[in-house]
Amino acid sequence: MYILAIFPTGITDRVSASPTLEVRIWRGTDTGAFAAYEVPAAESQTVLDVVTWVQRHREPALAYRFACRVGVCGSCAMTVNGRARWTCRSHVKDVARDGRLVIEPLRHLPRIKDLVCDLTPFFDKWRRAGGWFEGEATRREPMPALAPGAEARQTVDAGIECINCAVCYSACDVVGWRPDYLGPAALNRAWTLVNDARHVRTREVLDATATSDGCTVCHTHGNCTEHCPVGISPTAAIAGLKRKVFRRWLRGGHA
Amino acid sequence: MSESTLFALQRLSAKLLAPLVVAHLALILYAVHGGLTAAEILGRTQGSATWGAFYGLFVVAVAVHAPIGVRNVVREWTRWRGRSLDLASAGLAILLLALGLRAVVAVVG
Ligand code: SF4
Ligand code: SF4
Ligand code: FES
Repeated sequence: MYILAIFPTGITDRVSASPTLEVRIWRGTDTGAFAAYEVPAAESQTVLDVVTWVQRHREPALAYRFACRVGVCGSCAMTVNGRARWTCRSHVKDVARDGRLVIEPLRHLPRIKDLVCDLTPFFDKWRRAGGWFEGEATRREPMPALAPGAEARQTVDAGIECINCAVCYSACDVVGWRPDYLGPAALNRAWTLVNDARHVRTREVLDATATSDGCTVCHTHGNCTEHCPVGISPTAAIAGLKRKVFRRWLRGGHA
Repeated sequence: MSESTLFALQRLSAKLLAPLVVAHLALILYAVHGGLTAAEILGRTQGSATWGAFYGLFVVAVAVHAPIGVRNVVREWTRWRGRSLDLASAGLAILLLALGLRAVVAVVG
């Protein structure tokens, strides 16, 4: 008491006197409710910082995911004030409305607990879209030379830095309407493979994306591209797949 | 019919429909503006192979394009899938084709 009286701006006082954020966080699974928390606001603060503060100081049982905290691992995506975002690189000052944050799990994925979704369907669709690399060279052969300026390689480069965060998947209305739709991330991955000179299953990948749940289902409305935190355009990738599927059909090589 | 085929047919019919719809709208504006009566219009279209071909193509393109699109919309907004939906879409195609061709015959026949 004595110390506080002498230093009225001591830690305890500073927390309660400084500005706070009104934060509502989803607790539960499909059924559940929002819980409200008052969180100290800081000058430089990410949404992930806010969630972490709540978990450390108010709700030890709060479930959420993160790993790298620098926008690399893709594990921290959530719905913040109605919009899917990577939370570790979303600053509160950019996304809060009047000091309020509503934080929910991603859309279109089964919920496990609180802010954690089951990403199994998301990654299953990567496989269904044929989204894994297969080369034919062995370690005994020389590394193939790839001209970085070649058009196909630049097309690959445009989509290769995907961090698998599922933000685009969560933002895509068509995934919501047609739960079997492969979705923007898987199709973007397929497009990088179709353009990869070293990949040997190009035909199979194109077949896999031309199914009734594949690229032709996309509305090209660009929500995925608008939301992708690393600036990838799955919309352009899917348009590329559609063109390839169409041209292949014209040549009579359709599946 | 494979999904690629349906997609390709829808794209092709769209490419056809774009100029046809523009020409059709221009024609309506011209006819209304010029104050043509129904009898005058029929007088020009009847027996005309060109108008028959124009609207015949129009009807075929619509009969291909619309059911594929409607089938997509149904799959987005309802749980209806599978063979019954495919048959219903084919039925819609036949219906549009029959109604459309009947109208073409009435105008040029
Ligand atoms: S452009 Fe296609 S994949 Fe992207 S959000 Fe729209 S429908 Fe989904
Ligand atoms: S394309 Fe972008 S939004 Fe989609 S999973 Fe990859 S990084 Fe995330
Ligand atoms: S925690 Fe790794 S991307 Fe956000």
